[in-house]
Amino acid sequence: MGPQVFLDLLEQHGFNFFTGVPCSLFAGVTRILDADPRYGYVGAVREDSALGIAAGAYLGGRQPVVFMQNSGLGVSVNALVSLNQIYDIPALVVTSWRGRGGADAPEHLVMGAIMEDFLRVLQMPFATLVPSTMNADVAALTRLMRETGKPVALVVGKGLLE
Amino acid sequence: MTRADAVARAADAVPARGLVIACNGMIGRELYAHGDAPSRFYMIGSMGLAASIGLGLALARPSRIVVVFDGDGNLLMNLGALATIAAAGPANFYHVVFDNGAHGSTGDQRTVSDRVPLDRVAGAAGYRSAVRASDERELDRALNALFSTPGPSLLLVEVDRGNQPGIGRVEPSPRELTARFRRAAASR
Repeated sequence: MGPQVFLDLLEQHGFNFFTGVPCSLFAGVTRILDADPRYGYVGAVREDSALGIAAGAYLGGRQPVVFMQNSGLGVSVNALVSLNQIYDIPALVVTSWRGRGGADAPEHLVMGAIMEDFLRVLQMPFATLVPSTMNADVAALTRLMRETGKPVALVVGKGLLE
Repeated sequence: MTRADAVARAADAVPARGLVIACNGMIGRELYAHGDAPSRFYMIGSMGLAASIGLGLALARPSRIVVVFDGDGNLLMNLGALATIAAAGPANFYHVVFDNGAHGSTGDQRTVSDRVPLDRVAGAAGYRSAVRASDERELDRALNALFSTPGPSLLLVEVDRGNQPGIGRVEPSPRELTARFRRAAASR
């Protein structure tokens, strides 16, 4: 699998609006989004702003994806809980997992260690990207997102979408 | 002029098929009190994100006029969104900022907009136009011109501090607001 396969899969599941803030762990995806105007990718300045842009796109009938580094999840807390969750505005949040397993730069270690707990506290259903189960996981997350109207997360580790 | 008066004048000037995103705090409540419609989306939380929401909406629905009702405190909270809007350049995006130089909903604590002119910030960022209105006459004249020229445009309205006593809250639940707004935005 590669970034294009991943983007194709998202489109197959109806995602048709792309915004976010880059991370090295999915740099391959952002490279394609930046290069191909077909995607209409909106590079945001902050992750909560990206969630706002995605929310506006949803209000306009789109099904948005928001890409962010997991540090950006911290920036996004208020948007997730006081916009997406109370207004029933869904989004697929594709977040990297810097700091996973304690092997990363110091600024990523705390968020890396609490990542799964953090998503649970935020009441965000999530799956961790594994190539062998990717199809089923994206399908299940998308279904849940549509049924509940809430944001869901797909967690991307190292070596998959760079 | 009072903010409630300015909000009412701006609301009445929005073209019939316009979609309005109102920021959280008193501005949304004053818009709701002036007149409700499914094409008006009132934020009650996530301060700072009205402009970002308006951008996503404007990009998703390029055939509809999108008007963001914002405040100086709200805009300053996510000022970087101005750059994203200017760079994306949606011609259907209109940004009306009611500037009282204060956080009106929390007790009129001062912002920095008396020293940092937000209309000039928007112009420097790359909005196609950015103008300021300081009284009723200037506001009405600016509103007359606003929607007949392509955006992204910003109209900054200088308003007095202070809140309308006894103003109500937005009654529909957040999820009702989402559902009805999506229907209004989808209609031709």
